[in-house]
Amino acid sequence: MLLSVRDVVKTYSTADGPQVVLDGISLDVKAGESLALTGESGCGKSTLLHLCAGLDTPDRGRIEIEGTDIASAADAERARLRREAVGLVFQQFNLIPSLTVRDNLTFHARLAGRGVDPATLADRLGLTPFLDRWPEQLSGGQQQRVAIGRTLAARPRLILADEPTGNLDEATGDAVLETMQEAASESGAGLLMVTHSERLARRMDRRLHLRAGQVA
Amino acid sequence: MMAAALRALGGHWRRHPLQLLTLVIGLALATGLWTGVQAINAQARSSYAEAAVVLDRDALPRLTGELTLQDFAAARRAGWNVSPVIEARVPGTSLRLVGLDPFTSPPGSATAPLGETETLVAFLAGETVLVAPNTLSELPVGLSGTGVDGIAPGIVLADIAAAQRILETDRIDALLILPTPRDGLTPLTELIPGSARQEPAGEGGDIGRLTDSFHLNLTAFGLLAFAVGLFIVHAAIGLAFEQRRPLFRTLRALGLPSRTLTLCLALELAALTLAGGAIGIVLGYAVAAALLPGVAATLSGLYGARVDGGLTLSPLWWLSGFAMAGAGLAIAGGRSLWQLATLPVLAPAMPRAWAQARISTLRLQAITGVALLAGAAILALTATGLIAGFLLLGALLLGAALLLPPLLMRVLSLGARSATGPVTQWLWADARQQIPGLSLALMALMLALSANIGVSTMVGSFRGTFTGWLDQRLAAELYLYAEDESQAREIARFLEDRVDAVLPIVAAQANLEGAPGEIYGLLDHATYRENWPLLDQVPDVWSRLAAGEGALVNEQLARREDVWTGTHVDLGSGGRWPVLGVYSDYGNPRGQAYLGLDAFRDRFPETSATRFAVRVAPERVEAVSEQLASTFDLAPDRVVNQAEIKQFSLNVFERTFAVTGALNALTLGVAAFALWASLTTLSGMRVPQVAPLWALGLTRARIAQLDLIRAVGLALLTALLAIPVGIGLAWALLAVVNVQAFGWRLPLRVFPVDWIVLSGWALLAAAAAAALPAARLWRMPPADLVKVFAHER
Repeated sequence: MLLSVRDVVKTYSTADGPQVVLDGISLDVKAGESLALTGESGCGKSTLLHLCAGLDTPDRGRIEIEGTDIASAADAERARLRREAVGLVFQQFNLIPSLTVRDNLTFHARLAGRGVDPATLADRLGLTPFLDRWPEQLSGGQQQRVAIGRTLAARPRLILADEPTGNLDEATGDAVLETMQEAASESGAGLLMVTHSERLARRMDRRLHLRAGQVA
Repeated sequence: MMAAALRALGGHWRRHPLQLLTLVIGLALATGLWTGVQAINAQARSSYAEAAVVLDRDALPRLTGELTLQDFAAARRAGWNVSPVIEARVPGTSLRLVGLDPFTSPPGSATAPLGETETLVAFLAGETVLVAPNTLSELPVGLSGTGVDGIAPGIVLADIAAAQRILETDRIDALLILPTPRDGLTPLTELIPGSARQEPAGEGGDIGRLTDSFHLNLTAFGLLAFAVGLFIVHAAIGLAFEQRRPLFRTLRALGLPSRTLTLCLALELAALTLAGGAIGIVLGYAVAAALLPGVAATLSGLYGARVDGGLTLSPLWWLSGFAMAGAGLAIAGGRSLWQLATLPVLAPAMPRAWAQARISTLRLQAITGVALLAGAAILALTATGLIAGFLLLGALLLGAALLLPPLLMRVLSLGARSATGPVTQWLWADARQQIPGLSLALMALMLALSANIGVSTMVGSFRGTFTGWLDQRLAAELYLYAEDESQAREIARFLEDRVDAVLPIVAAQANLEGAPGEIYGLLDHATYRENWPLLDQVPDVWSRLAAGEGALVNEQLARREDVWTGTHVDLGSGGRWPVLGVYSDYGNPRGQAYLGLDAFRDRFPETSATRFAVRVAPERVEAVSEQLASTFDLAPDRVVNQAEIKQFSLNVFERTFAVTGALNALTLGVAAFALWASLTTLSGMRVPQVAPLWALGLTRARIAQLDLIRAVGLALLTALLAIPVGIGLAWALLAVVNVQAFGWRLPLRVFPVDWIVLSGWALLAAAAAAALPAARLWRMPPADLVKVFAHER
C-alpha cells in the first residue's frame, strides 16, 4: 500500500480547552489511485493531509508511506520522506520567493537528487515565457502551475494536494487539475487531494467525506 | 474615535514587545551616545572658559624677554597699562601656577574674592593662593589655598611676589599689555631693551584651536554613534509600519480618516520619543560620567588643558537630548508616515511590498553612494581646512554605507550563479532577498567596523611612529637636571672620564614667526647625526648646522608657516636663518627650532646649561646614576633614565587614546545590537519563506544552521568591504584631519592582524545576533510551521 492511515487521532489545544480535530480516521491510497477528501471547513481535511505529509504528528494511530510509519519517525526521517517520496501542492502555492521560476521548478528534484530539464517541464506546463521571472511576477494560475511542476519534477510516489485550485477560477482550476492527474497517472503516483469542490471531487477515482473529524 | 484607533494601533506593540524594546533601546542608544559626548564637550568647554577667565591671557598682547618687576614699574611709570604675569608648574606637582598683580590684572570672575579685604590681605601677603575647590586637596604641603568657583581645576592663582617666592626666581614671564588711553608713549621694546612684543596667538596655535579639533573628533564620533543607533530605529519603525499595513487598511475601511490615522501614528512616535529620549539622557549621563576622566586625561596629555572630572547637569543639555531623540525619530519615522499618507493603503496588502520598495531605492542609493565617494575623492585631493577634512570623512563613510547594499546584492547574485547544489543556491538567493530588510543593520555594522579600522589604524600608525620617534629623539641613555649652573659645571667635569659624551641641553623662549615657541642649541655629535628623524634636509645638514649656517625647525612650524628647506625662518630674538632641515616633533603644539650650539650661545649668551643628555654604555647606566646621586646629592627626579621617560611618554599616549577605544567599542556594540534587532524582527516574517523548504524536506535544524551561516556570511562580506573603507578613513585622518588639527603628518601603517581580529569580533557578534532567531526556528513546533500552509482549521 502506498499510503495507509489507521485510527489517527489529532487534538489541538484551544482557549476553550482541547479540540479533537481527527477522531479515529483510517484510509488507504494505492499507487496510481486518486482520492478526493471533502468536507466542511474545519472538519480536519487539511490537518489529515499535513499528517500524511509528515508535517505534523498524530496523537494516536499509524500513518505509513510505503510501509514506513511516519507518525513515529524522527524529524530527519520524515524530512527524507518528504524529499524523496512525497510531493506537496498547497492552495497558497508556497513557492520560494528568492528563486526564479526555473529554480523553483527544479528545486525539489535537485533536493531529492534527481536530474530534471526545466525547459521540457516548462514547455509542458506552458511556463516557458516565465522561466526567468520571480514568483511574485506571475498570476495565481501560473504560480500554481509552477508549484505543480515543482512537484512533478521530483517524481514523487505520492502527491498530496491541499485545495490546489482554491485560489483559481474554474477554467484555470480545471486545467491545473488535469495536468496534475495526467502526471500522476503517467508516473503511477498516488494522489490525495483536499477539495471543497464536489465537481472536482467527482473527477477523482474515489472520494472520502469527513464530518467532525470522522469519515462520514 | 481617536482613542479606539490608538488602542488598535497599540495592540501591535503588545503583541510584539521585543520590537517595541528594540525601538526604544535603539533610540536610547542613539540619544545616549550623542548626548553623552555633548555633555563631555560642554563640561570641557566650561573648564576652558574658566581657565580663560583667569587672565584673559590669550586675548592680550604681551611683552616677553628677561623681565623683572623693575621693568614692570618702569613701564607703568612711562604710562603703559601693563600687568605682570608668571606661569609655571608648582614644583613637585602637576598644578599650573599663575602669578599676577591683583591691582593691575584684567578684571575676571576668578579674582572676584579679592574684593574682600581679608582675602586680599592674605593673598598679597602670600598667605593664601586661589584655586578651584576641588584642587585644594592637590596643593603641596606649605601652600595654603582658598577655594574659589570660576577657577579652572589645576590652576593655582597667586600674587606675583608670592609666585616668585614659590618658584625661587626674581624674574617675571611677561607683561600683559592692556589698552592704554594715551598715544605717543615710548615703545615698550625701547623702554625695556631685549624685550619683544608678542601679539595674541589668535587662530595660529592656541589651545582653543587644538582642543576644538579634539572636540570636533568627539562630536563626529557621537554623530556616528547617533547615526548607527538611528539605523536601528529606522529598521524597527519601517517593519512596524509594514506589519500594520493590513490594520491601517482595515481602520481606513471602517471609516477612520487618513489624517486621524496619521495623527495617531505621530502621537505614537512622540510617546516613543519621550520614552527613548528619557532613557537615552540617563544613558548619556552614565556614558559621560564614565568617559569624562579619560577625556580629561586625554586633554591633559595632549594639550596640558585641565578639565573638571565632575559632571554638571544643565537643562539645556537634557532638552537637547530630547530634541535629538525627536529629530532622530522624525528622520526614521517620517518616511513611513509620508508613505502612509501618500500610498494607497486600501490596495491589497502585499507582504513583500516593503522589501520591493527597498529594492527600488537601492538603485538610487547606489547612485548617491557613488556620487558621495566621488565627492570624497575630490575633497581628498583639495581639502585644506578642518571642516573640509570632516566633510571628506562624512562623504567617505556615508557613500560607502550607501553603496554597501547594492554591492552585497551584486556579490550575492554572482554567488548564486556559481552555486551548484540547490541548498547552496537557495542560501545565496535567500541572503540576497534578505538584504533590503537587513541593509540598515549591515550599513550600521559597516560604519562601526570601518570607523574602528580607521581609528585603530590611525592610533596604531601614531603609536608605531611615536615609539620609533621616541627611540630616535631619546637616544641618550641618561638625562640630568642640575640645580644650578655651578653644579652643572661640576657634574660635567665629573662625567668627563666616566661616560662617552655629555651633551648640553640649552633652550630659550622666543617668537618663532611671530608665535611663542622655543629655540634650542645643539652640540654637533653623532647622537643627533645618526638618530634624528628629518623630514626635509639640505645636503650636509649637520655640518652646516654646527657651522651656524642655518636652523632646523619642527614639522608644526614648517607646516603652519610654510618654512621648508630653501626658505628662511624668523626666530624672533634668535634671528633670521635659512632652514636647513625639518624634524618630526609629535605631541608638541608649539613651534620649535634648533641652532648650532655656538650660534645659540651668540644669540642667548645668558642662557644657562643646567640640563644634559648623557651617552653611556647601557650596562653602566645604573652605576653612573648612583654615582651622580651620591656625589651631588641629586634628587631622584634630577637623574632620569631614558627608559623611564619613554615609559612615561607611552603611558600618556595610551591614556590619550583610551577614550577613542571606548567609543569604538560602544559603536561596535550598538551595531551588533542593530543586527540582532533586525534579525530578530525579520525572523518572525521569515517563517512563510522557510516553511516551504521544510515542507520540501529540509529539517528545521538544517534551516536554522543555514540561517546562522547566512548571517555570519553577510557579516563577513560587510567586514571585508569595511577594510578598504577603514583604510581610506585612516588615510583621511592622518593625511588631512591630523595635519589640520595638530600640524604634523604621520605615515600610514597597516595592521592586517588587527583587521582579522576585528572581523572575528564582527562574525562573533553576527553569530550571537543570529543565534536566538536561529534557535527559535530550530525549536519552532511543526504546528507553527504548518500554519503557513493552513487556510482553514
